[in-house]
Amino acid sequence: MSGNEAIAEGAIQAGCQFYAGYPITPQNELTAYMALHMPEKGKIFVQAESEISAINMVYGASATGVRAMTSSSSPGISLKQEGISYIAGANLPAVIVNIMRGGPGLGNIWPAQSDYFQATRSGGHGDYHCIVLAPASVQESFDIMYRAFNLADQYLTPVMILGDGMLGQMMEPIEIKNPKLKIKNYTKPWALTGAKNREANIVKSFYMIEGDLEKANLRLQKKYKVIQEKEQAYEETNVNDAEIILVAYGSMSRIAKAALKTLRKQGKKVGLIRPITLWPFPRNAFLKFDKNVKYLAIEMSYGQMVEDVMLTVRDKTQVNFLGRSGGGVPKEEEIIRKVNKLL
Amino acid sequence: MEKIYTHPKSLRQVPTHYCPGCGHGIAHRLIAELVDELGIREKVIGVAPVGCAVIAYDYWDFDCSESAHGRALAIATAIKRVRPKNIVFTYQGDGDLAAIGTNETIHAANRGENVTVIFINNAIYGMTGGQMAPTTLLNQKTATTPKGREAHLQGYPLKISEMLALLPGVKYIERTSLHSPQEIIKTKKAIKQAFLNQINGIGFSMVEILSPCPTYWGLNPQKALTWIKDVMVKEFPLGRLK
Repeated sequence: MSGNEAIAEGAIQAGCQFYAGYPITPQNELTAYMALHMPEKGKIFVQAESEISAINMVYGASATGVRAMTSSSSPGISLKQEGISYIAGANLPAVIVNIMRGGPGLGNIWPAQSDYFQATRSGGHGDYHCIVLAPASVQESFDIMYRAFNLADQYLTPVMILGDGMLGQMMEPIEIKNPKLKIKNYTKPWALTGAKNREANIVKSFYMIEGDLEKANLRLQKKYKVIQEKEQAYEETNVNDAEIILVAYGSMSRIAKAALKTLRKQGKKVGLIRPITLWPFPRNAFLKFDKNVKYLAIEMSYGQMVEDVMLTVRDKTQVNFLGRSGGGVPKEEEIIRKVNKLL
Repeated sequence: MEKIYTHPKSLRQVPTHYCPGCGHGIAHRLIAELVDELGIREKVIGVAPVGCAVIAYDYWDFDCSESAHGRALAIATAIKRVRPKNIVFTYQGDGDLAAIGTNETIHAANRGENVTVIFINNAIYGMTGGQMAPTTLLNQKTATTPKGREAHLQGYPLKISEMLALLPGVKYIERTSLHSPQEIIKTKKAIKQAFLNQINGIGFSMVEILSPCPTYWGLNPQKALTWIKDVMVKEFPLGRLK
């Protein structure tokens, strides 16, 4: 199964009831999978007339209380930002998948990680965040959909899956029956279902009365603080005795791990931190190391996640960077060469 | 004695923010009366626009969603697909439905979504201060056409209802007006038809309502009604289009 299909199947099993999408490479297998399998299971698939319409359909479906999702790739995700901002402002749960490609502009269809800033900061207008999850394998792409929908419902917030073209197209065998993966059910008394035996519900992000928006924004910030405290996730490899720690997420972390193995065989003390949540950035992963540890952030971009590493360790230690984008992917040999230079 | 005229249950008893002589209050009330008369208050879900009617949900007393500017029909599409037994309608102005939201409008209509659209055409952007709308008449002065709309620069008043009537997915379109009590009664009948079509599963139904905006037309409320009757109706003829 490809990464794109695994995300689709994971979403279906995690209780996604509504999907709207628009064609864009390299995520088309995901939309096609949903078109085939959602209606079979009595769930709703709509091919929207635009990315903008697709994200607003997700807003509408989510407003009725069902689990809803859209997917796209970089240029399409830019178009969705208005809708994502409204979803965040209206405290609606939603899952948005970005299978990143090269940019800026039309760029190309090769894998890239250059939408990190857009995903982890407020990609649209206003002070808000999406929870951003970065799977690194086809299996994890499937599994993570449970976490994505559960987090969206728990915190009433948009959750973004940040993959890339390599992960989306990669074929790997996966296990799709894992009893540990569970749908957490949350009641949604705010949902639009018709005002029967209750007051009318209103889903909105507009506050006309002076002071009301500030209060609403403070409620959002309080929610983000809880998420930052409770939801950081990461994977560590060989970090305890490491003199240099590689930091990489998604597909890039696979290549970094291969470099790590080679370097370890040569007796080099190299570790790896793989952020699984990009927002909240897993700061906890970095706090236990002393100031002599060096870091090397590796990305398929010209330096985006590296800024979060720098913000986390401040000026206590050396943060280095290796990155390529626009079709180029840092190779294992390039990583090994860079590490040898730094040690 | 039997009460024959009272405050609709589906309309909250609050003052509105609309300007004197504005048509939105009348249109809101007609919808609320029909929601009561059709007994659908517990099933109806309204989608409010961006524009002067942005807080329509503060006046109607039933479930409502806000929508980003122009996106009401994308949101309504999803709500109706997920909850086909609910009665879903959008309430949109000319800028919302026929400029920034043209794509959403045309494609929801073309898919034949079984929803009801209430389209308020006042030939202007009210909320933002009286700029040219897609439906602004030729020679009409607005904040962005200070010398009047000129065809060679700004094109012609967009007849979105006539365009939509061409689509096989569209089942009912009628253009009505709020410029006299008789026309208001016809408007109510048209909205009722549009709701009944949805209830009976017939499909996409829209009522375009010519509505006064005295503030940004620079006319008093009485003259604004006369302007609809004498000028606007010539560009936007009333009656059933489909």
